[in-house]
Amino acid sequence: MNQDPAINPAGLRHRAEAHASAFPALLAEAEHLAATVLLGDHGRRRAGMGDEFWQYRPAENGDPQRTIDWRRSARGDEQFVRQREWQAAQSVMFWVDDALSMTFTGGDDRPTKGHRARVLALALCVLLNRGGERFGLANRGTPPRRGEAQLTRIAGHLMAPAGESDYGTPNARVLPSGSRAVFISDFFGPQEPVTDALTRATDHGVKGTLIQILDPDEEAFPYDGRTVFETMSGATRFETLKAGSLKEAYLHRLAKRKAALQDLCRATGWRYLCHHTDTGALKALMWAYRALDHAQ
Amino acid sequence: MISNLAFTTPLLLAALVALPILWWLLRAVPPAPIKRRFPGIALLLGLKDDESQTDTTPWWLLLLRMLAVAGLIIGFAGPILNPEDRQPGNGPLLIAMDASWASARDWPARMGRVENVLAEAARDGRPAAIFKLSSPDADALNFTSAGALSTELAGLTPDAWTAPNDIAEQLTTLTEEADFDTIWFSDGLDHPARADVAQLFESKGNLTVIESGRPAYALRPARFEGSDVAVTALRATADGARELTLSAKGPDPNGVEQELARATAEFAAGETEAEVILNLPTELRNRVRRFEVSGTRSAGAVTLTDDALKRREVGLLAADDGQEAQDLLSPLYYLRRALVPTADLIDGALADMLLASPDVLIMADIATLSEDETGALTDWVDEGGLLVRFAGPRTAAADIDTNDPLLPVRLRAGGRSVGGAMSWGEPKDLRAFTRDSPFFGLAVPEDVSVTSQVVAQPDPDLAERTIASLTDGTPLVTRKALGDGQIVLFHVTANAEWSTLPLSGLFVQMLERLAISTRPAEISATELEGTTWQPEDILDAFGRVRSAEALPGVAGETLADRTFGPNLRPGLYSNEERRVALNVIAPEQTLAASVWPDTVSVEGMVTAKETPLAGLLLSLGLALLLADILASLWLAGRLSFKKPAAIAVACLALALPQTADAQSEDERALEATAEVVLAYVKTGDRRLDRISREGLQGLSYSLFRRTSVEPAAPIEIDLETDELSFYPLIYWPVTDSQPTPSSAAYAKLNRYLRTGGMIVFDTRDGNIGGFGSSTPMGRKLQALARPLDIPALEQVPSDHVLTRAFYLLQDFPGRHANRSVWVEAAPADAEQVDGIPFRNLNDGVTPVLIGGNDWASAWARDETGRPLYPVGRGTGSGGRQREMAVRFGVNLVMHVLTGNYKSDQVHVPALLDRLGN
Repeated sequence: MNQDPAINPAGLRHRAEAHASAFPALLAEAEHLAATVLLGDHGRRRAGMGDEFWQYRPAENGDPQRTIDWRRSARGDEQFVRQREWQAAQSVMFWVDDALSMTFTGGDDRPTKGHRARVLALALCVLLNRGGERFGLANRGTPPRRGEAQLTRIAGHLMAPAGESDYGTPNARVLPSGSRAVFISDFFGPQEPVTDALTRATDHGVKGTLIQILDPDEEAFPYDGRTVFETMSGATRFETLKAGSLKEAYLHRLAKRKAALQDLCRATGWRYLCHHTDTGALKALMWAYRALDHAQ
Repeated sequence: MISNLAFTTPLLLAALVALPILWWLLRAVPPAPIKRRFPGIALLLGLKDDESQTDTTPWWLLLLRMLAVAGLIIGFAGPILNPEDRQPGNGPLLIAMDASWASARDWPARMGRVENVLAEAARDGRPAAIFKLSSPDADALNFTSAGALSTELAGLTPDAWTAPNDIAEQLTTLTEEADFDTIWFSDGLDHPARADVAQLFESKGNLTVIESGRPAYALRPARFEGSDVAVTALRATADGARELTLSAKGPDPNGVEQELARATAEFAAGETEAEVILNLPTELRNRVRRFEVSGTRSAGAVTLTDDALKRREVGLLAADDGQEAQDLLSPLYYLRRALVPTADLIDGALADMLLASPDVLIMADIATLSEDETGALTDWVDEGGLLVRFAGPRTAAADIDTNDPLLPVRLRAGGRSVGGAMSWGEPKDLRAFTRDSPFFGLAVPEDVSVTSQVVAQPDPDLAERTIASLTDGTPLVTRKALGDGQIVLFHVTANAEWSTLPLSGLFVQMLERLAISTRPAEISATELEGTTWQPEDILDAFGRVRSAEALPGVAGETLADRTFGPNLRPGLYSNEERRVALNVIAPEQTLAASVWPDTVSVEGMVTAKETPLAGLLLSLGLALLLADILASLWLAGRLSFKKPAAIAVACLALALPQTADAQSEDERALEATAEVVLAYVKTGDRRLDRISREGLQGLSYSLFRRTSVEPAAPIEIDLETDELSFYPLIYWPVTDSQPTPSSAAYAKLNRYLRTGGMIVFDTRDGNIGGFGSSTPMGRKLQALARPLDIPALEQVPSDHVLTRAFYLLQDFPGRHANRSVWVEAAPADAEQVDGIPFRNLNDGVTPVLIGGNDWASAWARDETGRPLYPVGRGTGSGGRQREMAVRFGVNLVMHVLTGNYKSDQVHVPALLDRLGN
């Protein structure tokens, strides 16, 4: 009975059930998180295509006659045109890092980075859905849509097993031009693909947000003694005799990595947030939502 | 030290050679690394370690490991400290024991050693005998098997006296024929016959002396040094400076024995005596019963006090003649001179003096008293006062009421004069005192003569009231008992006007015999001649004071002789009003250490004990290995500092003094009054307190489930500090080690009992004895309960409301099913009403319930409601007994909370009847 539980049918079913049960939980968690954000009117505050009444304005030369609101014009001598609020829907594309490095957590009292990333992304989706925007998942090339079905679809995709690689690279090819983008990752992987993706996206008129999710242990490096560090897949090893003495250097490099990301964002007009898994998700959610809103 | 070390398997020590190899091996292997998964590795790649880091084990860790391994190797080799390599002896073995008071100081150690000696003798098959030199007994010299002897060891106790002076002669006759080896347990003190006895034993066989290194201390009797009390502490060996704590013990105003004073005796280096001067207030000093050396269990370290240390308060009252009299003519002059050294005198008006409640009141020539004064005086005498009156011209002249209650005899008016210029006859002398007179034994000096006196009416009881008379038979001193006190009349004046008695030494002695003044020093042998003294308290060898109970009286001569033995034990002896303390140490006695001839081998008490060290070394090695684990973890960085921090904090919290005690009174009161709370008395015995808590917890649990009483968690109360009135019921398990509460605590307890509280005393010994003083717990209970205001008790009658307060019960088992459970007795006039099975009993709740059934153990349950301690046998009868115990508990609490409610049920038919009409 030394079958690998991964291919053993019972094990497979077990995992499937675990995932299936986690899926609504994830959605519920995201909904719950989103519910705490009370949205006001998500209108564009200017006249345009839409259903909601915006204002009457005196008719000018060139206004087609059928746009004149006769009921309002009959009250006086002037003709008025009835304008509606502009309600153009936005497309927001998410890229949620599903590499192995995101499965890390430094303590039992906090979620993995990946879990926090998924919850954040899905909660944003819920908010966007409520605001009438369209959203999609760049990981799988899911095109931007709206509605509950899209939410379910994205949640399903997010719950898919993690990738094989240690670090993820953002996928900027599927971003529709002019859309918004949210990249959630720890950005521990190579720097070039990120730079590449961001510049490419900016070229296509895509603006957006980088959310770097870090575990507190990754910020503090609380290790000491003789240690062999491994990546989550075990592919890369690094041995040290006294981990404590490396702390300085590590923290310095981390700061440098963060600064590089910030610089990149500043150059491309993106926004950058560093979020720690030991703090509440709500703050990051609020920040991300505002950031999306202001990026218009 | 090394010479005292041996190994059971020395070959194993060869493994120590391997240690250097182990050193080299361990040094080559660095501590294993920890594997950590860490995504941040991307940032680490390319970093270099500090150069100074080595990949070998640090030397101190190596040393730790080597020590651990060395400890284990040596431990397994079985080292033994002080190995015994005795040559097995043969022939009979005599264990001679001094068994004196000085042996009592380390008696358990002696017995342990005797046990070892006997065990060894049993192994060698030698017959043995144990002989107490303090009470020589021919039967003890019958050699029997050592194994049988060791079963009798428990009954072997030291005596409060030392060996008789002729012990050598006695032994010589007792052991004429026999040959034996001797092990002599010496008490370490010199004895006149010691050298002779040692010589005798040596002539019979090998002699080994075993002596304790523990210093022997003793106290000489306390004596007066001016107005202070001086106590001298003695020691046998004059070595370095040393301090001893002496304490004076006696009853406090409530009659509970307590330490009244404490002092430190400082032995200077090279001195064997140290004197302590105690300055005690009179009232306190009169209460001191004994002085003792704290922490020493030995009769020599206790000295009882007697009359010599008491001073009575004596009030002096003389008629105010309104004229300047000369000192020598003052009626009180001689009294004052006689009493000042030995009594505390007070002066003043009669009413003022009575307020001070003196022991004795002396009135010199006061004939008439007002009615109020007479009443007050009578009351005072009734309560135990001693009124001494002297006659005089006023008494003679007064028209004395024939029935004056404050005179022992009726007096004839006028008195008489003999031997004066105008009268016939010679001045009269005193007649020798008769046997039943308190003055019996005092020598009558020739020069005492009486020229005038008042004369008693010849009443029928005159003869029996006369305690001293003149040669012609006229009463000189008469006495009458009145209530608890007595009235004594000297038929002469207190000055030298009528007689020369006040000028003689006899006067002082008479005052002393009447216990007016107290004896200044040791009672003399001539005084003791012909008297009989009854022992009141006796001292055992351990310095404990016991009631003498049925010991016979002792002749005064024996008392004077001071040869202690079974017939004369150290203690407190009384004769009428006088008490004499016979202490182990005489006033001038000194202690000297024993000196042994060179031929005798002297061993210490403890040194020769064989101690296997294997366990110690093995556990040391194990501890080192544990330390190694911690150190390795720390080196490897696996020692997380978060959890240890929590542990350290917890340890600190444990080490901190119990701050829970600081809980404010109010909080506690709230806790106790918010719900019904059962309480138990903290005895100081941790295990017992736990059982009490669990028991009451279990009872609360049962109450909660079965009745509408829903108690909160039980509370432990400290009788000294806690308020009791919040608790309906206090469970008080009795242990012989618990301290007696202070008088304040007793006052609180009495208030609690009077206001409807209930105390359940549980002696927990229902299996071995009934109620009473037959068990140690029973005796302790009596001691504890003596100051309590407890009404008359009876065994729970079958119609007591306890039998039907909630359940119907016949008896009240706990862990033991003893039937004697005692409650307040029903009033005598309780009667049975026709048609009702119960008597119409008293109101209220019995303030105490006393039994020995160990109820708490039967009630005890853990959090899940499972019983904690076995009761009875099996789950059948045992379960039933436990159930009955729980029912008793429920009834008990119901009884406490509802009082006689169930008793009142008897009135229900009558009430219904009345309502119906």
